[in-house]
Amino acid sequence: MDALDVTVRIVAVLLAFLVLPLLVGQTEHKVMAHMQGRVGPMYAGGFHGWAQLVADGVKFAQKEDIVPAGADRRVFQLAPALALLPYLLVLVAIPVAPGGGVAQALDAGIFFVLAVMGVGILGSLMGGWASANKFSLLGGLRTAAQLMAYELPMLLAAASVAMAAGTLSLPGILGVWEWWWLPWQLIGGVVFFTAGLAELQRPPFDAPVADSEIIFGAYTEYTGLRFALFLLAEYAGIVVLSALTAVLFLGGWHGPFADGLGWLWTLLKTGVLAFGVIWLRVSYPRLREDQIQRLSWTVLVPLALVQIALTGVVKVVM
Amino acid sequence: MTLAAGHPGFLSPTGVEVVFLLVGLVTLGAAIVTVTTRQLVHAALWLVAALGGVAVEYLLLTAEFIAWVQVLIYVGSVVVLLLFGLMLTRAPIGRSPDADATRRWPALVVALAAAGTLVTVVVDAFRSTWVEVDGAVAGASKVTGVALFRHWVLPFEALSVLLLAALVGAIVLSRRSGDGAGRTGGRRADERGGKGRS
Repeated sequence: MDALDVTVRIVAVLLAFLVLPLLVGQTEHKVMAHMQGRVGPMYAGGFHGWAQLVADGVKFAQKEDIVPAGADRRVFQLAPALALLPYLLVLVAIPVAPGGGVAQALDAGIFFVLAVMGVGILGSLMGGWASANKFSLLGGLRTAAQLMAYELPMLLAAASVAMAAGTLSLPGILGVWEWWWLPWQLIGGVVFFTAGLAELQRPPFDAPVADSEIIFGAYTEYTGLRFALFLLAEYAGIVVLSALTAVLFLGGWHGPFADGLGWLWTLLKTGVLAFGVIWLRVSYPRLREDQIQRLSWTVLVPLALVQIALTGVVKVVM
Repeated sequence: MTLAAGHPGFLSPTGVEVVFLLVGLVTLGAAIVTVTTRQLVHAALWLVAALGGVAVEYLLLTAEFIAWVQVLIYVGSVVVLLLFGLMLTRAPIGRSPDADATRRWPALVVALAAAGTLVTVVVDAFRSTWVEVDGAVAGASKVTGVALFRHWVLPFEALSVLLLAALVGAIVLSRRSGDGAGRTGGRRADERGGKGRS
C-alpha cells in the first residue's frame, strides 16, 4: 500500500462520513414529512426544500455556544466529539466492494467495529453527567442502562455470523457468504438490528431522549454546533448500523454484477435499512423504560442464543 | 526490525518502541490521576484513558484481538457500568468530600507491593521473548483461538464455570428474601452481577 493509495482511502472514508449522515438526516425530514402529511419547509432551494439542510447548518453555526454555569466545563465540551468520532473510525473497517474495497481490512473486524461503537455511548454519558441538570442525568442513566442491556444480544448475534463464516474479519465473512445465509441467519439479523436501534436510542427505544418526560435527555443543555454534533452522531450511527447489518446479514456487496457494481449493492442495502430505521420512528410508539429492559433480557438474548445454537448445529451437520 | 549484533537490544530505539514508551507513560499518568483525583466521575473518565492506553499497547505488541476485546469489555462495558453506578448513587459536579480516603498510605503500600511483584514476575517470564512487530501478526484471532482452545482449554473451561457460579450467586443474592437483610444483599449482588457478565 503506497502513500497515494492510503490517501485515497482516507479521503473516501472522510467523504462518506461527511455526506452519508447528512443524506440520512435529510431523508428523515422528508420521509417523516410525507408519511405524516405535514410537509414542513418546502421553499429553500426549490425542489422539495432541499436547501433547508444548508440553512439548518448555518443556523446551528450561528447559535451561541452556551455552557451552563454549574456544569463541568471540560467534560461538557469534550462529550460531543467523543460521541461522534467512533463512528468515523468504524467506517474504516466496513467493506463496500469485493477485492479490497475496504479502507483497512482488520483481522478482528467484528470486534473492532462493536468495541468502537460502544465507546460512542460514553459521549452521551459524559454530556448527561456534566450538564448539572436532572433531566440530563436521567437521560444519561437511561442511556447507560440501555447500552448494558443491548450490548449482549448484539454481540451474540454478531458472534453467530462469525461462527458461520469461521472468521472475524468483515471482508472474510463476505468472501464466504452465500445466499442461503439469509434465512439461516435471519433471527440473528433481526436481533442485531433491533439491538443496534436500541444502542442508537432511536424510536421506539428513545426513552433516554423522551421529549415528553425528560426534555431531550443528555443533550438538553447543549446548543449550537455541539448540539449539531450530537445529532450528526445519531445519523452517523444509523449509517454505521445499517451498513453493518447489510454486511453481516444481507451479504454486503453480493448481488448481480457484484464485480463491478458491488459498492452500489452495499449502498442500496444500507439505504433500504436506513429507510426502515426512519419508518420505525414514524410508526411505532415509544417503549417504556421497563419494557425496553424486558424486551432485551427476555426476548432478544434468548433469541440470540437460539440463533447461535442453530448456527452451531447447521455448521456441524453441513 | 534490524537486529543489533544478532541479538535485539532492549534499548534500541525504533519508532514502535518509542511510541510504546510514550503511550506507557501516558497510561501510567492517567492511572495515577484516576486514583488521586478528588472528583469521582473524573476518576472514572481517567480510567477510560488508562484502559484505552493499555489497548494501544496491546496493538503495538501486535496483539490485535486482545486490544479490541480490551476496548469492548473495559472501555465499553465496565466503565459504562461504573458510570451508571456513580450516576445512580452520587455523582456531584466538583470535588467529592468523601473521595478523600483516610487509608491512603496503606493503599499506596499495597499498590506498590502488587506492582513490584507483577513487574518482577513479568520481566522474569518474558526476559528473552522478542515480539517481531514487522512480521506476521502474532496476536491474530486465529493464533489466539488455536492457543486458547488447544493448550489452554482446561483453564478456559474452569474460568467459565467460575463465571457461571458468580452469575448464579448474583441471582440468588439479588432475590428478595423477605427479611431486612435482603436490601444490602441486593446491592452487593448488583456489583457481582456486573463482573460476572463482563
